[in-house]
Amino acid sequence: MGETTPEADPRKLAEEARDRVHFEEEALDLADQVYRVARRLVSTREEAEDLMQETYSRAFRAWRSYQPGTNLRAWLLRILTNLNIDRGRKLQRSPDLQPLEEGDYYLYNRLEEAGREPNVEQERVDERLSQDDVVAALSAVPHDFRDVVVLVDIGDFSYADAAQILEIPIGTVMSRLHRGRRILKRELADEAVGSA
Amino acid sequence: MTYGAEVDPCDKCEELLQPYLDRELSETERAEAQSHLDLCAYCRKRYRFEEELRRFVRQAAVEEMTPELKQKLAELRTSLF
Repeated sequence: MGETTPEADPRKLAEEARDRVHFEEEALDLADQVYRVARRLVSTREEAEDLMQETYSRAFRAWRSYQPGTNLRAWLLRILTNLNIDRGRKLQRSPDLQPLEEGDYYLYNRLEEAGREPNVEQERVDERLSQDDVVAALSAVPHDFRDVVVLVDIGDFSYADAAQILEIPIGTVMSRLHRGRRILKRELADEAVGSA
Repeated sequence: MTYGAEVDPCDKCEELLQPYLDRELSETERAEAQSHLDLCAYCRKRYRFEEELRRFVRQAAVEEMTPELKQKLAELRTSLF
């Protein structure tokens, strides 16, 4: 037929190479933000680093499936959370769905009961809780709830983005977030004032 | 969200805390929470505390990646030639 196939067309090849370079640069620019979420989804820095490398390696291979103009950070985190689930989560027990007694005011009320009523005019949570308390409390939140808390509270994703990343309905995001934050506050209360 | 007249307004406000701070409430629900907060120091204190707590958790949970990892990720880029 004498026609150049798209694969062999030098102009198309150059265009594709340019698009790929652009994609890779954009993805690397987001690496810090992706890592902050990755780090809190898993327990150790080593795991987070492995997960990041696997994620980026997969993303660079699958770059054509990313739709330009959509949320690249969410796309990368979708790969990352899927890899994380595939890696070690299969053995995890199902999430505990027992009702939680603690409400959303629980941590404040516990601090107040312990005689450490937070002064709202000069509120300083860091006088009552340390960075280590937060890290320990987050690790104590079961994975399914923690994923959502980390995406929304640390990754700053909307409910809808979190639903897309985790491939779960938005109602499930909301209920897991609600429960996850309550568990987090219970753990923080235990760190700050001891077990009830 | 609709509640019966017998529900304690502070309980109701507590239920709205999370979607309020997440800016996921409808305008009507937001106005409803706001008007309770304007009158209720008990809930207001707890809302402010929660806001501060979230800021603190976000900052405390941050751990930056190492330059070595950054380098490794950059090396994963596809070679053009």
